[in-house]
Amino acid sequence: MTTAATADRAATAAPAVSVRQVSKTFSGRKGQAVTALQDVDLEVAPGEFVSLIGPSGCGKSTLLRVIANLLEPTAGSVEVFGKAADQARRDQDYGIAFQQAGLLPWRTVSANIELPLELHGVGKAKRRARALELLEMVGLADFADHRPDQLSGGMQQRVAIARSLAESPQLLLMDEPFGALDEMTREYMQVELVRICRETGAAVVFVTHSIPESVYLSDRVVVMSPRPGRITEVIDIGLGDRTESLREADTFFTRVTEVREALRGPHAAAQALGVEAR
Amino acid sequence: MNSARERAIRIGAPLVVGALFLFAWEMFVVVRHIAPYVLPKPTAIWEQTLKFFGDIWESFLYSGGNTLAGLLIGALLGVALAIVASRTPFVEQLLSPMAAAVAAMPIVALAPVFNTMFTSTSTTPRRLIVIIVVFFPMFINTVRGLRQVDPIHNELMTSYAATGWQLTRAVRLPGALPFICSGLRISSSLAVIAAVVAEYFGGTQNGLGSRITSAAANTAYARAWGYVVASVVLGLLFYLAALLFERIVMPWQRTAAL
Ligand SMILES: Nc1ncnc2c1ncn2[C@@H]1O[C@H](COP(=O)(O)OP(=O)(O)OP(=O)(O)O)[C@@H](O)[C@H]1O
Ligand SMILES: [Mg+2]
Repeated sequence: MTTAATADRAATAAPAVSVRQVSKTFSGRKGQAVTALQDVDLEVAPGEFVSLIGPSGCGKSTLLRVIANLLEPTAGSVEVFGKAADQARRDQDYGIAFQQAGLLPWRTVSANIELPLELHGVGKAKRRARALELLEMVGLADFADHRPDQLSGGMQQRVAIARSLAESPQLLLMDEPFGALDEMTREYMQVELVRICRETGAAVVFVTHSIPESVYLSDRVVVMSPRPGRITEVIDIGLGDRTESLREADTFFTRVTEVREALRGPHAAAQALGVEAR
Repeated sequence: MNSARERAIRIGAPLVVGALFLFAWEMFVVVRHIAPYVLPKPTAIWEQTLKFFGDIWESFLYSGGNTLAGLLIGALLGVALAIVASRTPFVEQLLSPMAAAVAAMPIVALAPVFNTMFTSTSTTPRRLIVIIVVFFPMFINTVRGLRQVDPIHNELMTSYAATGWQLTRAVRLPGALPFICSGLRISSSLAVIAAVVAEYFGGTQNGLGSRITSAAANTAYARAWGYVVASVVLGLLFYLAALLFERIVMPWQRTAAL
């Protein structure tokens, strides 16, 4: 039933992300060019959760930045909800969270979440209400008027995630948002993220270094390899409801093994060193 | 550990040292029979300060007013032009080398020239000197501060499709505040020096600087020192005001000083 409905919606609506034949070359010093991405194709359906995994330097962040229109691809095209990437950025069709929280230290927690709304002309009362609603969602309702430096790293990261949700985007771009968190907080945040996605119906492109994390969260895991950065394999996870017991289920471990093997892969055997095999 | 006690020591120690210094000064002048035109006794300076308190207070207000006016105008001008420079590379390339060069010049030396450009009773030449003295450190510091942007904040603002002015207002300017404040700390001291010394070169005789020169010319050395003390107090006052400003505008950063 649900799968049919999702498939139906995917067929009618434009994909959340559509990356076609994208390459990105950085011209380094001394004229040395680094090919960060080569001929990358990726399609993400509305409401779908896709993880990017691969060794350090394989172009995950670059791909995310290209989708976010923070970087121009050297070749190929990027569409977000059927619009050109720069148009989607101007229309605020996505929310983004980076590895560091990147909060503005001179603003209160609430004012940090309100920032995107403020920039786009939302009234004071309205954006305050939205910020409080989001803080409630990430479990920080009591910290609205604290300054970021009064929060722990994990709490700051939760504020950054709340901020990325401020404008109720239908697409979330997340670059290792839980990278700095301890294992306990990390699992808690994973559960939170799954819940948020279910409630908002947002599609997610999620960069991670952790195989179990990618399996737990995703509908699909995209495996990348470096030099040049490209997609080597796409693994359907299809584990259904994310419950706590899922982490101990056999099907879960089967998928973890599958992703690990894809990372080792015929091409990537030597390069998989950058990936945590936890 | 004991913060009340620590504070008592922090405030008490300089007071004790100061009192000892004044006592040693007094003894030195008395025992060595130092002539008052070389160095008057602290007690004599104190006596003169009380006697001429009304005059000293009036000239304190006059010089303080010039300092304040020049400091405010110069600082606002410095910050405003730095913002313009940070947004238009052409203006920055034009102003920055000039600012660095002018900052190294003794601006007070312009006082006699400015005095001849305006009527002798005008406060304008003195304020103008304070403005120029304040402008350059403010400009240079602010430009430097506006340049320091965390790359994440930059990307975040780009993802919000923020305009250049929004970036300046929401990220660059608040990020530059530590630099603006340290510029203000330097400038506040320079402003007092400039305002007092500019009066050494003629013009109306109602400021601290003019009173120092005229008292000294009339061999009223202890009184001249009374005005000097008032200038020192004025300098301290402006410095403390700059520190207070820093605390108020940057509550997220605890300043180590004081
Ligand atoms: N601004 C840049 N200029 C030059 N080269 C860059 C730039 N950004 C990335 N690169 C290069 O592109 C390649 C891919 O980088 P990217 O940051 O996308 O990797 P990543 O997969 O996110 O790695 P990590 O897991 O360590 O974050 C790397 O070789 C990197 O050196
Ligand atoms: Mg990265």
